Amino acid sequence: MIHPIPSGTRDVLPDETREVRAITDALRGVFERHGYGEVYTPALEYESVLARGGHTAQGAGSAEAQPAYRVFDESGAALVLRSDMTVPIARVVATRYPNSEPPLRFCYLAHCYRGVRPQRGQPRELLQAGIELIGAPAPEGTAEALGVLCAALDTVGLEGYRIGLGDASLFPSLMAALGVSEQGRARLLAALVSRDFVGLEQELSDLDLGAHERELLLEVPQRRGGPDVLAASNGVVADAAANMRQVYELLEPPVAERVIFDLGLVRSIGYYTGAVFEVYDPALGAPIGGGGRYDELLGRFGRSLPAVGFALGVDRLHTALLGEERGTGASLS
Amino acid sequence: MSATNGLTIAVPRGALFKETVELLSSLGLDTSELSSNDRKLLFEDIGVITMRPSDVPTYVESGAADLGITGKDVLLEQAGHGSADPAPREVYELLDLGYGRCTMVLASKTGPDPAAEALRRLGVMRVATKYPHIAARHLEETGRQAEIVEVKGSVELAPLTGMVDAIVDLTATGTTLREHDLIVREEIVECTARLIANPVAHKLRAPEIDRLLERLRAR
Repeated sequence: MIHPIPSGTRDVLPDETREVRAITDALRGVFERHGYGEVYTPALEYESVLARGGHTAQGAGSAEAQPAYRVFDESGAALVLRSDMTVPIARVVATRYPNSEPPLRFCYLAHCYRGVRPQRGQPRELLQAGIELIGAPAPEGTAEALGVLCAALDTVGLEGYRIGLGDASLFPSLMAALGVSEQGRARLLAALVSRDFVGLEQELSDLDLGAHERELLLEVPQRRGGPDVLAASNGVVADAAANMRQVYELLEPPVAERVIFDLGLVRSIGYYTGAVFEVYDPALGAPIGGGGRYDELLGRFGRSLPAVGFALGVDRLHTALLGEERGTGASLS
Repeated sequence: MSATNGLTIAVPRGALFKETVELLSSLGLDTSELSSNDRKLLFEDIGVITMRPSDVPTYVESGAADLGITGKDVLLEQAGHGSADPAPREVYELLDLGYGRCTMVLASKTGPDPAAEALRRLGVMRVATKYPHIAARHLEETGRQAEIVEVKGSVELAPLTGMVDAIVDLTATGTTLREHDLIVREEIVECTARLIANPVAHKLRAPEIDRLLERLRAR
């Protein structure tokens, strides 16, 4: 007899589990060696508590961070299934480590829960592996996190990966510096978050801006590549570029070689404040994971500390490893 | 290295095909087999795969193709609807290619508008379309209640048989609408062919993609 399970969920049987275990054991080993202690937190949390971390002033496209599943407990309180581990760990830090001397280092291997679009093969339940480095400011903290990220990917045997490095504050600062109205800023950011450069150009032509400002707002977020993309920048762009360069200069050469600078990188999760990054591999059509700085999130839980972290999708990592092994992947040339 | 710099491009069969082939040909791609063999799907030597336009975002999103060309109508429809929850495909929209221009319209039978009458007397209008999300989004945004009826073939048939009060469909010249005694009541959105890119290829193949973009913009 066939008994169904919800779409976007699946059973993991021994052959797959063995392979996934090899990956998660390796990741856990790397995290622990770098001083990151593993934590477990409840899959269910109070909605009111997680909501502290879910909203930002930017507000654009943070759907990914919003918990998708709610239930009510016996007293009527709303509980949600966590959609990531960053917000629960912020809660843990504020609650369980109110006076500990930073920096604090945590890692996790945990299932998170997301809403899905029908017919797209998206998972509702996904296994994430990641770290959070609390109380280590930029650029040193960011560089440490990137070092752990590369060590983790190298250890599981991924070969062709690159790290896209951007700055979440770049485009908002650029818009503010060029005098884009509040309303205009939200629309431009929405176009950029949905990766729509044609829409961005249309929105720009609707705004009361000079030709030079328009050109900058369209051209800057399309800049990506080696360190030379940082060179040709001035004004606000130069400030963000200087932040990226500071991080870059602290990276070990094997880590630095993996970096692609991306002035248009914006992540759909709203709590990022500074450096943001994503992991790309030619064997997979979607990012394997990503992260960034969230210097204001902890403050919302009552313990104001700068922080940085990343999460890898274990299934995506597994798929990319298999893709590299088979030599497939559309972009692999 | 071919004119597409080793990138794989998803090319739409159908209404956009001829102009897309001309575009690729103008970039220096040898398109002779592409235009002569309409049964072949995979043209590995020139980095082209062909498919129906609505499949292009699927192949590009998955990374099976680095780039793709498809209509804005396809992208809008696949973004779903519901103002609180738009979920466009995870692809970059890089360039408006300008060709394949047509308009998404709301149309109904000539004479007194049956859709307006249905809305006034029945509180809801029935609308047939091949674009249920675009239709639902437009009617929602303009504050009207509608029953959307999805059809796969000739939409013009639906109002003529009395099954629906209006249609939402794509029109280039309006000839088909006129032939079926339908008139345009509202223009919803202009659609043209768009160049889209896989988000990972956009980063890992940036120089190749930007070179191609530059040549396309310079046309």
